[in-house]
Amino acid sequence: MRVQNAIRAKLTAALAPAALDIVDESHLHAGHAGARPGGETHFRVHVVAAAFVGKPRVERQRLVYRALTDEIAGGVHALAMTTLTPEEEAALAAKRPPA
Amino acid sequence: MSETQVTDRIKQDLSESPVVLYMKGSPVFPQCGFSAAVIEILTRLGVKFKSHDVLQDPSLRQAIKEFSNWPTIPQLYIKGEFVGGCDIIREMFANGELQQYLTEKGVATTAAA
Repeated sequence: MRVQNAIRAKLTAALAPAALDIVDESHLHAGHAGARPGGETHFRVHVVAAAFVGKPRVERQRLVYRALTDEIAGGVHALAMTTLTPEEEAALAAKRPPA
Repeated sequence: MSETQVTDRIKQDLSESPVVLYMKGSPVFPQCGFSAAVIEILTRLGVKFKSHDVLQDPSLRQAIKEFSNWPTIPQLYIKGEFVGGCDIIREMFANGELQQYLTEKGVATTAAA
């Protein structure tokens, strides 16, 4: 959880997200290049933040990558992400079937 | 090759081919699931593209990350412009944006948009 906690802390500090989900998907990549014992190499993050308003996707993901420079350099091999504004998240939530 | 030379080669590669993918492995044998996903999308769209295997060339692997200010591979370029990595390409394909973008840029696709 060490890396995951660092990701949460840094994204929270950098983007003040309205919602933030982090999933460690390292087990899906076991044995693959970049994987290592103990996991914490492959993550999926879902970030909802007002900081993304008016920014194209590439810029949004750059903001996430920039906040996590140390983690990317230090063993996080892959970061899959969705980056939404609060309005986009609300529009998507409205389309989802009720749970 | 010096860093400048590698960067010059990237610029030349981008100017020579309308669609360029920097990836791990080859289109036939991708060495990474994210690279494979982008290959599958380009193949489904019937887009002709040039690929470069960064695993064969550590200096290219480093230079392309600096060139685009993007720390991961794969990276897709259309008409010299960085369009995105795997997530962005997948999302653009899913909502039809990628097909539209290619058409706008004058790149031929065989799939219906």
